Amino acid sequence: MAAVRTSSEIVLNRAAIVAVLIATLIFLAPIYWIASTAFKPKDLAVSVPPTVLFQPEVTPFVRLFTKRVQMQKTVDPQAYEAAPWWEKRIYDGGERVLKVGTDVQLSQYPDRFTNSLIVAIVSTVLAVGMGTFTAYGFSRFKIAGEADLLFFILSTRMLPPVVVAIPMFLMYRAVGLNDSHIGLIILYVAFNLSFSVWLMKGFMDEIPKEYEEAALVDGYTRMQAFFKIVLPEAATGIAATAVFCFITAWNEYAFALIMTNRRAQTAPPFIPSQIGSGLPDWTTIAAGTFLFLLPVAIFTFLLRNHLLRGVTFGAIRK
Amino acid sequence: MTQIELRGIEKFFGAVQVIHNLNLAIADNEFIVLLGQSGCGKTTTLRAIAGLETIDQGDILIDGKAVQHLKAADRDIAMVFQSFSLYPHMTVFENIAFPLRATRMSSGEVDKSVREIARVLWITDLLDKRPSALSGGDMQRVAIGRALVRRPKAMLMDEPIGALDAKLREEMRAEIKRLHVKQGSTTIYVTHDQIEAMSLADRIVIMHEGFIQQVGTPDEVYSHPANLFVAQFVGSPVMNIAEASVTDQAGAATVTVGDAAAGFEFPRALLSKLNGHAANGGLTLGIRPEGVLVRRDAAPGYLPVEAHIIEPLGSFDIVDLQVGSKMLRARTKAGYVSGPGEKVHARIDPEQAHFFDTASGKSLGVRL
Repeated sequence: MAAVRTSSEIVLNRAAIVAVLIATLIFLAPIYWIASTAFKPKDLAVSVPPTVLFQPEVTPFVRLFTKRVQMQKTVDPQAYEAAPWWEKRIYDGGERVLKVGTDVQLSQYPDRFTNSLIVAIVSTVLAVGMGTFTAYGFSRFKIAGEADLLFFILSTRMLPPVVVAIPMFLMYRAVGLNDSHIGLIILYVAFNLSFSVWLMKGFMDEIPKEYEEAALVDGYTRMQAFFKIVLPEAATGIAATAVFCFITAWNEYAFALIMTNRRAQTAPPFIPSQIGSGLPDWTTIAAGTFLFLLPVAIFTFLLRNHLLRGVTFGAIRK
Repeated sequence: MTQIELRGIEKFFGAVQVIHNLNLAIADNEFIVLLGQSGCGKTTTLRAIAGLETIDQGDILIDGKAVQHLKAADRDIAMVFQSFSLYPHMTVFENIAFPLRATRMSSGEVDKSVREIARVLWITDLLDKRPSALSGGDMQRVAIGRALVRRPKAMLMDEPIGALDAKLREEMRAEIKRLHVKQGSTTIYVTHDQIEAMSLADRIVIMHEGFIQQVGTPDEVYSHPANLFVAQFVGSPVMNIAEASVTDQAGAATVTVGDAAAGFEFPRALLSKLNGHAANGGLTLGIRPEGVLVRRDAAPGYLPVEAHIIEPLGSFDIVDLQVGSKMLRARTKAGYVSGPGEKVHARIDPEQAHFFDTASGKSLGVRL
């Protein structure tokens, strides 16, 4: 080692590493809990003390994706033998998979999950896209009442969503937007737009206007300069904003619960609705939650480089 | 062939007028430097020519055609910015090719043009790099390459080397000059650095508070400043400025600086050239430090003075000489005056003296 380090520095450094490890463990504990429960046999899910070591199984995921009913009598041994491995697991649990003819009836989870994807992706694209254009306008042009307009945009975030949920529901029902994808998308865009505009304005302000001016002088229109120069330069900011908007839309629960019930229902209100009556099946719920966590994790992971630069980029003045 | 003419340009920022009735004709292939302090309107003038700023009054003519209503893109002018404005997400090659991509040039021709300009600028080996990997000087070369590559009608440069450190500035100054001589294009260059202006310009336009103070060759603005502002702005070390009175004594004119007891001898012709200005006061003398001649021993025409502060500047010293209550800065050989308090003798070289009207600041145009 070229750098000379005193022993106290080494101790401090090790202490910092330990502290970070402990913090990481604390933050990851709930995720481990959900993830492990998703692979546990039913009886172990509620055991006290919690089981840490167990034989993992994918039965909860099978239950998550299928429609099932309790069996009144024991299974016909021939049918049991003919069944594929995952169906046997269901039989083992005293249930049978519902079928129409030979087609397995899927549960509502894939639909709800798809709804979540549609609503979150479309609303994120719209919110970030509109936010980027709006922020560019605010950043580059003299706009009468700019400060007031920006405050107005921000003020849409000042009320807790639940306060406006009931009036929104009545309005939506009147215009037939309730329980529709487009209704939920409009809501989420409206909700995320203020955030997107403000965040993107910070990023836009950081891009020197000489970049576009150079392009303007070099024979490009402002629109071309925007797409060829500003957008690539703002990529980091766009990625960061997109992650935040996506997470907000993906996790949104209150509006989704009130505004949707069947066709357009997203995963967040659907997952707890499975608790149902009787003994809750925690492993199936955990499986649903576990899968629900994945898109955000993947999305964030893919954009991690942008994100790391992005969240500090807007804050530091050169 | 590109001539640029500015006619009666006026520009307001809100209620503030930043350019006042600006008129300027720039010849083909001329290297014009707009020189002035920040806020004097020089950058605004440049941006107006580029089309990045609208003007409120007047005409901008490029080759006789009014362009003030044209968009920047349609004026066929290139601009180099102080911040270089290289696009970080593009390679050096793509940065230089960028203006060509706006045209219908084939990619083969683009490639050829970029390599040609890169060769002229000695940056061929940088073409695949990203701007962030370049030094300040190379960034500027690339920025100049991007401006030159499409052979624009005119080059505008807004403090292009202002962001570089002193040594690199000097190098780049020489290089810009070399390029201009080699490529030859009508160039308008904005700077607040008078050394840059002197060394680069065919003609210097000195601006102050939105007004043109003087237009002239470097020699003209240095040797014959039109007013006190130009006199003090151009030249380093700064010109000595002092109120003076001129009297007719024993067949010679005597110029007394401030409240000094004795005066400096001048040729008698000064009296007639001042044309009465001497009598009614309000006369200001300007003399550059090299126009203050210093001797150790007494000589006819030399006044005894005392040296105060001595600034050694390497090849020469700047010595403050007390004349009455005023300090006159003189340029001497290094070490010529040994230290503060030394008694020396000084004279003002009449040929290098400038006389101004104190009230208006205008030069009286006296040349001896």
